[in-house]
Amino acid sequence: MAEPLLEVRDLKVSFRTEDGTVNAVDGVSLEVAPGETLGIVGESGSGKSVTMMSVMRLINDPNASFEGEVIYKGRDLMTLSQDQIRDIRGSGIAMIFQDPMTSLNPVYRVGWQIEEQIRAHEKVSKQAARARAIELLGAVGIPHPAQRVDDYQHQFSGGMRQRVMIAMAVSCSPDLLIADEPTTALDVTIQAQILALIKKLRDDFGTAVILISHDMGVVADIADRVAVMYAGRVVEQGSLRGLFYDAQHPYTWGLLGSIARLDRPRPRRLTAIRGLPPSLIRLPEGCAFGPRCPYRFDRCAEVPLLTDKLGDGHLDACHLDPEQKKERRDRAIRPDLTARQDLAVPQDLSPEGAEQ
Amino acid sequence: MSATWDGEVLVRAEHVKKYFPVRKGILAREVARVHAVDDVSLEVRTGETLGLVGESGCGKSTLARCIARLYDLTSGSVTFEGRDISPLSRRQLRPVRREMQMVFQDPYASLNPRKRVGTILADPLRIHHYGDRAKIKNRVRELLELVGLSPEHVNRYPHEFSGGQRQRIGVARAVALHPKLIIADEPVSALDVSIRAQVINLLDDLQDDLALTYVFIAHDLGVVRHVSDRIAVMYLGKIVEISPAEELYRQPVHPYTEALLSAVPVPDPDLSARREQIVLEGDVPSPVAPPSGCRFHPRCRYATEICSQQEPPLVMHGSQGHLAACHHPLSLSEPPAVHDRAAAP
Repeated sequence: MAEPLLEVRDLKVSFRTEDGTVNAVDGVSLEVAPGETLGIVGESGSGKSVTMMSVMRLINDPNASFEGEVIYKGRDLMTLSQDQIRDIRGSGIAMIFQDPMTSLNPVYRVGWQIEEQIRAHEKVSKQAARARAIELLGAVGIPHPAQRVDDYQHQFSGGMRQRVMIAMAVSCSPDLLIADEPTTALDVTIQAQILALIKKLRDDFGTAVILISHDMGVVADIADRVAVMYAGRVVEQGSLRGLFYDAQHPYTWGLLGSIARLDRPRPRRLTAIRGLPPSLIRLPEGCAFGPRCPYRFDRCAEVPLLTDKLGDGHLDACHLDPEQKKERRDRAIRPDLTARQDLAVPQDLSPEGAEQ
Repeated sequence: MSATWDGEVLVRAEHVKKYFPVRKGILAREVARVHAVDDVSLEVRTGETLGLVGESGCGKSTLARCIARLYDLTSGSVTFEGRDISPLSRRQLRPVRREMQMVFQDPYASLNPRKRVGTILADPLRIHHYGDRAKIKNRVRELLELVGLSPEHVNRYPHEFSGGQRQRIGVARAVALHPKLIIADEPVSALDVSIRAQVINLLDDLQDDLALTYVFIAHDLGVVRHVSDRIAVMYLGKIVEISPAEELYRQPVHPYTEALLSAVPVPDPDLSARREQIVLEGDVPSPVAPPSGCRFHPRCRYATEICSQQEPPLVMHGSQGHLAACHHPLSLSEPPAVHDRAAAP
């Protein structure tokens, strides 16, 4: 693999709260090569957004503490001052967020907001920045960009706002675009438009992309490599095909099995993952997925490491013997679902078990 | 969920229209109308699950609320068990409410945070004079068990539960009075993927055990296909296609259905790369001034002149019970949109 563009090394992020320390990110290591698209999947509370917010140094919570390194072009972003990181944000690494309704400032014209970013990073005239803003709005598919540049965000639909956000994100030609659930708030037909746009920009400019999503379908559509996160840790990481056709972690199997898929005959029942995601304040002993895992055995009492078991670059954090996995996986992802055992919810109903 | 049904119609909506006024100025004069539901007719058969799909703003939730008579209709009628319930007053509706219940999207907003779960579940029982205290208490415990929660949780507050558990409470409340019809409005959209499957399976089991009829609204086409016997696709206040579930996915007739299906990402990288995706241009037009003729024509790749002039009627295509409203119905011999097109000749 080429020299990574961004490398996250053993990142730990925790928040002090009244109830105890929340270990939101618990030793995550990731890397992205130039031009590559990394998909990160996981449920709410799995730490995927916190990881990326930490990379961008966007968490200012005084109760947060950080450990680990984030290497971008030879510099550790975690050690930079706010001024230094501000130079990188936007021009080196740009980010778009889930909710296009709240990401734009409602009291400034959208064009002004794009110009502001351009002028913050480059010495250009007002006129030149405005021309660039119009050009960018056109490039992301806003009709009549020369007029729309003077509109306010409420004059745009959700899909259009997300396009504006993307225009803003790519305005200074970043090497890396972090998209945090960019299409979750949008309808499917608009989602298809936005994903097509991200792919086009990526291919035209060679931008690397980290796309966070809970939707396995979105990731399958766009990623080159995929990391699966659970309870603040990466539990599996591999190539796109490796992850979808040769998944090694029971949690990934559960995610794949619990989707009502359009591309396959409909099963009688969906395979639900039983139970709830664990509390990040008191993680279960050993493998965090253990209490929900149907294949748990005695070794799972110790935390499994994310390692390359088969020597093919595919990492997984599971103690099961690779030999035993295949048959279990096929049963988990494509089962004949007649059993009703998933109806029962574990009796442990601690409030911390609630989704965050 | 292919429960047996004898063809008996539980709910019949006929030419239902629901317009919302847009008011402006100090006199609050009506300046325009949002055509949320515009002349929709459909029937829900006893024991089936009817899926309603469409993008936000297409009127699917409004239609459901018209059926549940949470809204007064602008015109048209809704018949429940053979009785026209559209002119009934609130008081007259009360016994009907017992028979039809709703499950809402947001499990955080649909439960009163200041009431204990036991009270939340007992309230409908008390209002409808279910029985004495002991009987109600027993029923509450029974309901909690029914939806996979522990009866010990009666004294907890909603915030002590996760989203999936709260949705179970919402479901328990809906089935408390042995209703015949449950209208579920995006019941799993707010839930995480792994929890979603649990709640879908729960709804599935309850339908079998309690002989329920569902109207199931969702924008996730995979979920709708999984639960539904028949599916109605809505666009800008109109039903554009209605069909038995599997057939809709195998052979969509309306170009909007085709585009909608092709826009759903599939969790299969090879298929995803191979298949043809129809990316619709632009946004859904405003329901205040819907386009003339076929409402889909400005975004439709097959549109011709007639589409902007004449509104296509909802007529039969292909098999029994498969209706679509289109001047240029997709050839029924074409390969289906979701599956692999490259492999077809």
